[in-house]
Amino acid sequence: MAEVSNREAFIDPLFNNNPISLQVLGICSALAVTTKMSSALVMCLAVIAVTALSNTTISLLRNHIPSSIRIIVQLTVIASLVIIVDQVLQAYVYATAKELSVFVGLIITNCIVMGRAEAFAMQNPPKLAFIDGVANGIGYSIVLMAVAFFRELFGSGSLFGYTILTPVNQGGWYVPNGLMLLAPAAFFLIGCFIWAVRSWKPEQIEEEFHVGALLELSNEGNLR
Amino acid sequence: MQHSSGYIIGFAALICLVCAVFVSGAAVGLKPLQDANKLLDRQQKVLTVAGLMEEGESLPREEVATRFEAAIKQKVIDLKTGTVNGDVDVANFDQQVAAADPDTSFEAPENASKVRRLPNDALVFDVVEDGKLTALILPIEGYGLWGTLYGYIALAPDARTIVGITFYKHKETPGLGGEVDNPRWKAGWPGRLAFDERGNVKIGVKKGSAGSVEEDPYNVDGLSGATITSRGVTSLVRFWLGEDGFGPYLASYRAQAGV
Repeated sequence: MAEVSNREAFIDPLFNNNPISLQVLGICSALAVTTKMSSALVMCLAVIAVTALSNTTISLLRNHIPSSIRIIVQLTVIASLVIIVDQVLQAYVYATAKELSVFVGLIITNCIVMGRAEAFAMQNPPKLAFIDGVANGIGYSIVLMAVAFFRELFGSGSLFGYTILTPVNQGGWYVPNGLMLLAPAAFFLIGCFIWAVRSWKPEQIEEEFHVGALLELSNEGNLR
Repeated sequence: MQHSSGYIIGFAALICLVCAVFVSGAAVGLKPLQDANKLLDRQQKVLTVAGLMEEGESLPREEVATRFEAAIKQKVIDLKTGTVNGDVDVANFDQQVAAADPDTSFEAPENASKVRRLPNDALVFDVVEDGKLTALILPIEGYGLWGTLYGYIALAPDARTIVGITFYKHKETPGLGGEVDNPRWKAGWPGRLAFDERGNVKIGVKKGSAGSVEEDPYNVDGLSGATITSRGVTSLVRFWLGEDGFGPYLASYRAQAGV
C-alpha cells in the first residue's frame, strides 16, 4: 500500500472516499437513527469513538496478530469496544441510549468499523490508523447529520428538539411530512446525497454496467 | 508470517482475557449510574401520568425523587388475587422482566391485545396528596399495529373515572398511530368513565370523534388514519382493567374503600 500522509488519511474519508456515499457501508444504522438530530449525534459520536479506538488497537497489535485468526481478533476488539460504549451511553445519556436501543450494539456489525480495521489498520502505524478511524467516523457522521437534519426538520418541524416550524397539532401552521419519519425517507435522502457528491466529484461515478456486456462476452466464449 | 499453533491459541486467549476485563470493568463500574437512570426514568413516567410533572419537562434528579417520594406509593400486588405482595422488593421489581421469566409469570388467557404472558406480580402506584389518595396508576401494555404499546393509566379514587393515560414506548406510525403521544388526543381521556354502573369495562376508542365527557362518557376520539392502533388501545385498556388484568386488584380496592 502506498504511503499515506496524516492529512490525506484525514481528508480522504470525508468526501472523496466517504464510507456511506462512496463505499455505501453502514446504511442500516443511517436509516434507523436519523429521525432526530440529537440521537443521530450520539450515534455519530459512538461510531467515531469505536472506529478510532478499534483502528488504534488493531494497529498496535498488527505485527502480533496471527493472520489465520485476524478477523476474529478484530471482531473481538470491536465487540468489546461497542459494549463499553453502550454501557457508557446507558450510564450518561440514558434517554438517548434508549432511543438508539439495539443500534448501538449493531455498530459491531457496521461494515465501516470492520472494513477500516482490515483494510487500513492492519497495514498502518497507530497514529495514522487513529486519524483514519476518526476521519471515517466523521465521514459517516456528515451523512448521518445531513439526513437527520432534513428528517427532523420536515418530519417534526424541529431541530435538536427545538421547534422551528410549529406543527399543526401544536397549534401552528406546519403540516409535518410523515414520510420523513419512516425509514424510506433516509433512502431518498442518502440517494440525493450520493447524487450531490458525485455531481461535485464526477470521478466517483462507477462505470456503467449493463447485461448486454455480459452477453457479448459469453457469445465470444470468454465466459464459459 | 507463520505462527505456531501454541502462539495462536495463546494470543487468542490473551485477547479474550484483556477484552473480558475491560467489558466487565465497564459493566460493573457503571452499574450504579445505570440503575439510577432506570429508577429516574420510571419515576418520571409515573409522575407524568399522575399529572405531577409536565410531559417532556426536564427536572433535576433530586426534584423528581422528592416529588415522587412525596406523592407516590409503590406497591407490588399479586395479579390474580389483587392483594399486596409484601415479599417482593419493590424498589428493584421490574414487571416486564418478571413477565418474561417463566418462574414469575404465567400464560395469559386468549386476549385481543396479544399479551402472551402475565407476571404473577404487578407494580402499581398510589398517588397520595396531603394524606388523601388521589389516583391509582396501573401499567398497561398491548399490541397496536406494528408492535407493543407500553404505558400507564391513572384512575380516580372512585376506581371508575379516568384521570389520564400515557404511552412511553410504542412503534406506531408517526403522524397516524404515533399520535397516541399527542397531548391533545390524551386530553380527551380525563373524566371519561372506564366502567359502567354494573362494573363492566366499557371505555373504548371510537371511530371518529367522541362527544363531550357528559354526553359520551365511555368513548374517546379515534385516531384518524389509525384504526388498528385505536382498536389496539381499546382492547389493551379493556384487557388490563378487566378480570384477567387488574380486575381483582380493583375489586379488592373497591371493597376496602367502599366505592
